[in-house]
Amino acid sequence: MIRVVLPAHLKMLAKVSGEVELEVVGTPSPASVIDALETRFPVLLGTIRDPLTQQRRKFVRFFACEKDLSLEPIDVALPVDVTTGREPFFVIGAMAGG
Amino acid sequence: MSGVRVLVGTRKGAFVLRADGARKNWDISGPFFGGWEVFHMKGSPADPNRIFASQSTSWFGQLIQRSDDGGLTWEPVGNQFTYDGVPGTHQWYDGTPHPWEFARVWHLEPSLNDPDTVLAGVEDAALFRSADGGLSWSELSGLRGHDTGSAWQPGAGGMCLHTIIVSPKDPRRIFVAISSAGAFRSDDEGSTWRPINHGLHSEGLPDEDAEVGHCVHRIALHPSNPDVLYMQKHWDVMRSDNAGDSWSEVSGNLPSDFGFAIDVHAHEPETIYVVPITSDSEHFPPEGKLRVYRSRTGGNEWEPLTKGLPQEHCYVDVLRDAMALDALEDCGVYFGTTGGQVYASANSGDSWEPIVRDLPAVLSVEVQTLA
Repeated sequence: MIRVVLPAHLKMLAKVSGEVELEVVGTPSPASVIDALETRFPVLLGTIRDPLTQQRRKFVRFFACEKDLSLEPIDVALPVDVTTGREPFFVIGAMAGG
Repeated sequence: MSGVRVLVGTRKGAFVLRADGARKNWDISGPFFGGWEVFHMKGSPADPNRIFASQSTSWFGQLIQRSDDGGLTWEPVGNQFTYDGVPGTHQWYDGTPHPWEFARVWHLEPSLNDPDTVLAGVEDAALFRSADGGLSWSELSGLRGHDTGSAWQPGAGGMCLHTIIVSPKDPRRIFVAISSAGAFRSDDEGSTWRPINHGLHSEGLPDEDAEVGHCVHRIALHPSNPDVLYMQKHWDVMRSDNAGDSWSEVSGNLPSDFGFAIDVHAHEPETIYVVPITSDSEHFPPEGKLRVYRSRTGGNEWEPLTKGLPQEHCYVDVLRDAMALDALEDCGVYFGTTGGQVYASANSGDSWEPIVRDLPAVLSVEVQTLA
């Protein structure tokens, strides 16, 4: 079981309030977690990855275990602490100020 | 009892403003989709309870929302806008070829008679159609595939298809406008297109009379006379009496002929409205006075409408889709500003009152006249 923390805007779209718990087939990676997320919440299709290129949107980041996984290959294996549910996988909306 | 519903898209969400036919007391609901840009909302003429909204951010992309209860509740529908075939390229700012890339939906135009059919104008410029209430979208690629398409170039705001008008007398005829490619017309429901820019002069082009490349800001028509088109171009207010085959300038005595919004009175086909803006580098009203100008002669002769509008220290802008008119007997006129005000006139523009003063920057205003 993978625990996923979504940014506020996506929680609102998915109509969830806390963490999302997902079962992921195969070796969990950012890509497979997002696949499972989109399957469960079709409204999130296209909001985290570009629907055409399947690339992470430029203002979306992936964090886990105090590391930024955003620039890793999207199919990189997630840390064991995430795959065992001890730590969540964070989908983050990049900060913007001004 | 008759009434109106004003649909307001802003930089940070959508708002729905409701009033009875007197248009004095307003019920304001929202924000819907708080924090998201809502470029446009529009109700179906065939089913006024059905409203479509374009919701987007740079973070999470594009969604289309649909309400089937007059804006009380909303559900997301389809957001897959995939260009037909191999997208090809258009010109980038530096003149190099640039792949067509979907950015957002600028304008939604529901069908006049089918609540499930809606057109979407998008950036990078293309026209999409949904025939299932917004669940799925397919491109009318004849427009982007026009011979001139590869030469189109974005304006400073992006290469957006922002105006869509389906002729009320002939649903096969569609007008669109693109910044900064110009105006186009289809007479076969969007299969094939021709540029309709003859008579436009744009000093920003090497060939001022070029077939395409003009920065058209908005087009409007009156349903009773759909061959007469009015255009607010980047500079110049223009008129066509032959469905866009040729245009002539009707800027007349306007204090500036730069602007974005233009619209037509509900009952007087020759009465039109614009909001002059100082220039393309000073996006605020001349002299800090917010003035709507009305022509009752189809252009050239304009009168300022100022009663109730700020006449000093006003430096807001009124964007291209941010003006609309209702169809009540005393025609109502509405516009929103980048300062977050939405002004209403219940007497064809003779006097104005703010409905709200402190919304986020207003991107679009549409009005539904309710039986």
